[in-house]
Amino acid sequence: MIPRLELRSITKSYPGTVANDAVSLSILPGEIHAVLGENGAGKSTLMKIIYGAAQADSGEIYCDGRRIEAHNPAISRSLGIEMVYQHFALFESVSVVENIALAVKGTFDLGRLATEIEALSARYGMPIDPHRRVHDLSVGERQRVEIVRCLLQSPKLLILDEPTSVLTPQAVVKLFGTLRQLASEGCSIVYISHKLDEVQELCDTATVLRNGKVTGTAKPKESTSLELARMMVGSQLPEMHVSPSAPSAKPLLEVRGLSAPARDKYGTELTDVSLEVHGGEIVGLAGVSGNGQAELIALLSGERTHPRAETILIGGRPSGHLSAGERRKLGMAFVPEERLGRGAVPPHALWENAVLTAHRAGLVRNALVDRRRAGDFARRVIERFKVKANGPQASAQSLSGGNLQKFIVGRELTLEPKILLVSQPTWGVDVGAAAFIRQTLVDLSRAGAAVLVVSEELDELFEICDRLLVISNGRVSPPLIRKQTNREEIGLLMTRVGHGETRRTEVALED
Amino acid sequence: MDLFVAIFTGTIIAATPLIFAALGELVVEKSGVLNLGLEGMMLMGAAFAFWAVIAGLPMPVAIAAGALAGAATSLLFGALALTFLTNQYAAGLALAIFGSGVSAFLGRGFGSTPIDALKRVHVPFLSDIPVVGPMFFRFDPMVYLAIAMFGLITWFLYRTKGGLILRTIGESPETSHAIGYPVIRIRYLAVLFGGLMAGLAGAYLSVAYTPLWVENMTAGKGWISLALVVFATWRPLRVLIGAWLFGGMTILQLQGQALGIAVPSELLSALPYLATIIVLVIISQNRQLLTLHFPASLAKPFRAAS
Amino acid sequence: MRLRIEQRQEPSAQMRIAAPVIATALTFLAGSVLFAALGYDPLATLHAFFVAPINSINGLSEWLLKASPLILIACGLAVGFRANIWNIGAEGQLIIGAIAACGVGLFYPNPESPLLIPLMFLAGAGAGMAWAAIPAFLRARMNTNEILVTLMLTYIATLLLSFLVHGPWRDPAGFNYPQTALLPAAAMFEPFDYSYRLNPSIFITAVAVVIMWLFTDRSFLGYKMSVSGAAPLAARYAGFRESSAVWTGLLAGGAAAGIAGMAEVAGPLGQLSPQISPGYGFAAIIVAFIGRLNAFGIVLGGLLMSLLFLGGETVQMTLGLPAALTRIFQGILLFFLLAADFFIYYRLRLPEHA
Repeated sequence: MIPRLELRSITKSYPGTVANDAVSLSILPGEIHAVLGENGAGKSTLMKIIYGAAQADSGEIYCDGRRIEAHNPAISRSLGIEMVYQHFALFESVSVVENIALAVKGTFDLGRLATEIEALSARYGMPIDPHRRVHDLSVGERQRVEIVRCLLQSPKLLILDEPTSVLTPQAVVKLFGTLRQLASEGCSIVYISHKLDEVQELCDTATVLRNGKVTGTAKPKESTSLELARMMVGSQLPEMHVSPSAPSAKPLLEVRGLSAPARDKYGTELTDVSLEVHGGEIVGLAGVSGNGQAELIALLSGERTHPRAETILIGGRPSGHLSAGERRKLGMAFVPEERLGRGAVPPHALWENAVLTAHRAGLVRNALVDRRRAGDFARRVIERFKVKANGPQASAQSLSGGNLQKFIVGRELTLEPKILLVSQPTWGVDVGAAAFIRQTLVDLSRAGAAVLVVSEELDELFEICDRLLVISNGRVSPPLIRKQTNREEIGLLMTRVGHGETRRTEVALED
Repeated sequence: MDLFVAIFTGTIIAATPLIFAALGELVVEKSGVLNLGLEGMMLMGAAFAFWAVIAGLPMPVAIAAGALAGAATSLLFGALALTFLTNQYAAGLALAIFGSGVSAFLGRGFGSTPIDALKRVHVPFLSDIPVVGPMFFRFDPMVYLAIAMFGLITWFLYRTKGGLILRTIGESPETSHAIGYPVIRIRYLAVLFGGLMAGLAGAYLSVAYTPLWVENMTAGKGWISLALVVFATWRPLRVLIGAWLFGGMTILQLQGQALGIAVPSELLSALPYLATIIVLVIISQNRQLLTLHFPASLAKPFRAAS
Repeated sequence: MRLRIEQRQEPSAQMRIAAPVIATALTFLAGSVLFAALGYDPLATLHAFFVAPINSINGLSEWLLKASPLILIACGLAVGFRANIWNIGAEGQLIIGAIAACGVGLFYPNPESPLLIPLMFLAGAGAGMAWAAIPAFLRARMNTNEILVTLMLTYIATLLLSFLVHGPWRDPAGFNYPQTALLPAAAMFEPFDYSYRLNPSIFITAVAVVIMWLFTDRSFLGYKMSVSGAAPLAARYAGFRESSAVWTGLLAGGAAAGIAGMAEVAGPLGQLSPQISPGYGFAAIIVAFIGRLNAFGIVLGGLLMSLLFLGGETVQMTLGLPAALTRIFQGILLFFLLAADFFIYYRLRLPEHA
């Protein structure tokens, strides 16, 4: 059989890194093919090359036996190759049907297209209302829009980039049903993931990438997790040391009945949020993104203030009205989810980025920035947290995502906070750095600090947290002891908290 | 009654250059690009149209020359902002300064004599209706063209696929690029269109409104047009209404000066600028309104990743 | 074969310095082409434009005299530009500063008081700041775009000046010219030498350059403003208040422009007339960019821009070329500079063949 898609020796380098190094793979019609690898292994780059959104430096791509010479997304679509991005390629300000109209050829007839969308989405068991604006949709619904958009083209090859990272466990089951139905109709599927269990459940073949190179091909259903993991990670998996926690008597961070309106048209309203984080423990906040995490973390960090001071207590002190700087004076530190542009200033050197939050640690004297001390501080962070960088003079934007994250985490930890807020600590960070960052968080909490981790990775939360909270639709669940709960319970809470409050929840419940 | 008709028609005429310039800028901004150089493009349009008239070319050719001059000038901005990823504020300012310099340079030989203005057309029969006729059917053709452009732009933006593509590029060029649209090319077209419209606005000033050549004759109308786009919260109908409001203000102010109202003429002349500030302040209070139709990528440089 | 544009891993330090030089060279080149197209010998005209004006002591004096307000204002504006605060109404702030300073000079009860100059300095700075405080307040408290407000206020300032010199402040002994009476001697900077116009106000500019350097390169407040400009979310993350950047940025520009206005009336002008500035407030924006918002760069940029003004005047007198050439050159220079900046962050590369 002629492969639907064949890659021969694809190489792609960006300044400083080789993202793909002589990658070859072959996918048959109707096959569900996994591209498995850790963050930073080069999966996303490879997918962009297949789709034509990025150009390979060298190598060849064949579709149905014919070579694709000059590649771009338009050519992909004419060949029947469609892609569902990890971060959706949807426009929030326009409706579902308008979004889809942008991707389909032919006359511009929104009415007819809407009918087609309804029919097709019903057929594959993922109902969507074509006339709703995308910004009113939940993340799961947005993914359906993406998939329906691809299916309208009757694709021969569908690429999905980490499709489950935004879904509840229950929604994943539904998605897999749809994908199997598609494959049985002859469509090839490229499934990009770093989650072993999913790949083993769904995929026929897996190509494993590590550091941009293919480290093996396997039949996941016949391989053990250990074999696959070894191909993915290489030598051996780092081990975590999580000692039992000894929480402080009083919480260091306390939230009492916090409600706040959505900040803009894309935001989520927070309703009656209460939580406590004690010294010596890590509390995890689980949830599908877009359910109020961003709003809650902005209110906790002080980037957004609250008129009622007593809704947020830092070390017992009413702090809702305090600015980010004033909260830092009370011993709070914060690692945000966006590194470039929020946690660090992209064009500034690392020593300058040290001043950003460490200026209180003696880096500013007589209203002047002490460059020598700032440089020393940055150098200490670089050494202690093994940041790969050309010294304190390197600009933040020149660092890889993982190294910049290590720098930001290191900077915040060097300030010896009593309370640490961390959002998505290991997003896009390679496996070694991720383990290192998780271990530092555990160590910090065991030294007596209160740590609140917001993450969409349930595995990560289960690995390091003592207690778990679930946020859904702007409401936060009561705490669950990690050792007494499981993924299914958390997954259900992701859809059940705030039950029946708004349309968004009802739709999520159908998942 | 005659005074009312005079004020009404004066308002429509004074609003016409603002409508051209602001609608053009609206299209540019909807694509996510901020071109602050309206003043420069309008001056180029004004100078070239005027030059064409004194060179003896027919009026339609002169107006077209103005429009093309505006478009050509906008290409300079396009190259900087879209190809060289320059700070769009700086590139727009450069264009404003450059346009005012080049137009003044060209205009040194124009002399200070008025030309025969663009003729008004009397729409057969309709223009003879009392009151209504002089109010609506005795304008020069460019007044009607401005209204037609409003209809065309509204239809394009909200009823065609091209308009949808333009608006969504303004929201997220990254996404547009990801699904395969040539973002830079489309933005160039939008910038060119904005230049064309600004050129028309300038041409209207020098061959119909004034009609003579004075250095820097736009006197801030380019900047007021920019303010109009904000005032209109990026919606065409509100641009139209805003332009009429400002046109009305200008005319009332001129009427006031003509009637010899006992306030210094400078104070009256300052009114449109003052009003611009006040209107901006009022509009800026409603953040919800501002963000609803705001092109989210406005003034952010975009480069397609390779 | 196609050239490929590639992002540099680190911004190029060499290009950072080379870009303004390349842009200046290209401007000269474009100027030669323009002159040739107009039927003038390019080399002779370039000489007349850029060399002849500063070929004498008087020329040098005029050069510095015109560079001084440009550099002073650009220093003030750059403080705001670094934080993405776009004060483009320095021209208006200059006019208001000049009006206030002249008012003090004309109406202070004792026209011989040695306090006159310091008072006028304060009046100029204060008035410039007050004029800039309007957009600052509107931006910080009312969320209103400062670009448009500063510009509108410039038109208003121009009209206010026109009103004063045509009306209440007109010199009764001035043959009906729209201008005020001449300032008393004690209200004027005494030139270094009465043959030339250069006066001690250039020391104000020199001090401003040093303060600007200290502020932007060394001070914590300057650091906070550069964070606000480069990454507003990072500023909020760190707890730096946006409104303080807005106020500092606009007031710095207003103060500098107001002082420049004072130095103009107390220096070469000696009185108010409807045209007191050949566009210093706008040209200073270009100076700030050419100088890369950096104190010493601004000094060089100001000298270059001042030369453009002088050259424009000279070729107008000697060759009959229009003065508008100055603005064309300003525009071209800024265009080339902005384009050249691209190569600080990107480079052209030939595709490699595997």
